[in-house]
Amino acid sequence: MLRKRIIPCLDLKDGKVVKGVKFIDLVSMGDPAAHALYYNNEGADELVILDITASHEARGTLVHVVEAVAENLFIPLTVGGGVRTTDDVRALLLAGADRVSLNTSAVSRPALISESAERFGTQCVVSAIDARRRDPSLPGWDVYVYGGRENTGKDAVEWAEEVEKRGAGEILLTSMDRDGTQIGYDCELLRAVTERVTIPIIASGGAGTMEHFAEAFADGGADAVLAASLFHTRSMTIRDLKSFLAKRGVPVR
Amino acid sequence: MITIVDYGMGNLRNVLRACTEIGVKVSVTSDPALVRSALWLILPGVGAFGEAVRRIDDLGLRRPILEHAKAGRPLLGICLGMQLLFESSEESPGAAGLGLIAGRVMKLGRGVKVPHIGWNDVIPVSPTPLFPDPKEAPVTYFVHSFYAGIIPETVAVTEYGVRFSASVRKGNVYGVQFHPEKSQIAGLNLLRRFTLVKPAAWTT
Repeated sequence: MLRKRIIPCLDLKDGKVVKGVKFIDLVSMGDPAAHALYYNNEGADELVILDITASHEARGTLVHVVEAVAENLFIPLTVGGGVRTTDDVRALLLAGADRVSLNTSAVSRPALISESAERFGTQCVVSAIDARRRDPSLPGWDVYVYGGRENTGKDAVEWAEEVEKRGAGEILLTSMDRDGTQIGYDCELLRAVTERVTIPIIASGGAGTMEHFAEAFADGGADAVLAASLFHTRSMTIRDLKSFLAKRGVPVR
Repeated sequence: MITIVDYGMGNLRNVLRACTEIGVKVSVTSDPALVRSALWLILPGVGAFGEAVRRIDDLGLRRPILEHAKAGRPLLGICLGMQLLFESSEESPGAAGLGLIAGRVMKLGRGVKVPHIGWNDVIPVSPTPLFPDPKEAPVTYFVHSFYAGIIPETVAVTEYGVRFSASVRKGNVYGVQFHPEKSQIAGLNLLRRFTLVKPAAWTT
C-alpha cells in the first residue's frame, strides 16, 4: 500500500535554514546539510528545500547547497526557489535534486511548467502554490507569489487545475494564513484542491500537533504532509509522529 | 567496477553516490566503447521514453547495451531504465525500446492519483538474486506514471490501482521500477546484491 509521506522542509536564506512566521520574521536555524543528515536517519520520507527569498532578491539557484545536502541523502529531494528556466531545473537535478518546485516564475509564465514536464518528465515537476484566504466576505483563496509578498488575484483552486493540465506531477499547497501558526493545516483549502485535481498534494502550513497531521490526511485528503520548525526544533520527532499516525490507521513507512 | 550509462537524462549523481556508499567503484560514461567493455551496467533515467530512446540512439549506445546483455553481463535498468528494457511504451508510441523483454509499458491511472509518488511495498514472487528472501518485502520509493504489467519475467510486484512489475529479470537483465538510490537501506541492499550477480549466459 502506498504510504502517506512525512516531509520536513528546509526554508533557506543565504544558505542557512530559517523559519518565518506567516512568511516574515525569519529566524536562523543552522546548516542545511546537518539537518538533511538528521532527517535521512530519522525516517523522513522525502526532504524539501525552498529558497524562500530567492525570487524577490533575484538570486541564482541553489546548486551548491543542493550538492552539499545531497551528499548524504538517500531519500528523495525536492528543491525550489528562484527557478526561472528549464536550464535552472536541469542544474538543480544535476546537483542532486530529484524534483524541482516551481512557484513565482510558473505563475508569471505558466509554460515553464509544460516545458519542464516535457524535458524532464511530469514526475520531476512540483508546483508550489502559496494560497491565502480572501477577505472573510469572499469565498476562496488567492495565489500569492514572491514569497507571499504579492497577490496575483488568481484563484488557488483554478490555478491548481491549470498546473495539473500543464504537466505538474504534484502540488505543494501552502496555506499562508496557517504558516508558522501551529494551529493546524487548512483542511478546507486542502479539500477544495484535492477534490478538483488527480495529482498528489503535499499539505503545508500550520502543523503544531500530531493530531493536525492526521487531520490533513483524513479531512484534507492530502497525500503527504510538510512541516519545518516543528521538526527542526525537535519539539516533535518524525519517528514519534509515525507511530502516532500508524495507531490512527494512517499507512506510514 | 560498475558502469553507469549517461545518456543525458536525469540525475546520475544520486545513483553514483549510492554505489559509492556501498563501496563499489563506479564510472559514468556515454562512450559506446566504455559501455562495450563494462562488466556491470546500470541504465538509470527519468523523463520520457521517446526522448530517452532518441538519445540512446543518437549516442550510438543501443548496440553496446544489447551486446552487453546478450553476453550475459549484468544489466540493471532503474525506473525509466527498466521501462526501456521493453519493446515500447504508451508514453511514446512509435519509439522502439531495447526489446530485451517482450511487452509494452502502459499508463497508470485506474482510480488512483498519477504519478505514483512515494513509498510502497515490493513483494517478491520467488527467490531471485535481487530478492533472495520472498518473505522479505522491502518498502521502496517510486515516482512514475507508466508501468510494466505482470509478465513471466516479473520477480517482484507492487500494487497501485493495478498490480504491476516492481522488478523484472531475464537472465542477467534486471529492472526495478522504484529508485534503489532513493530507498534508504532497502535500496542500498538491493544495489549491493546487483553487484554480486555473476556474469552468465543469455537465455532466451
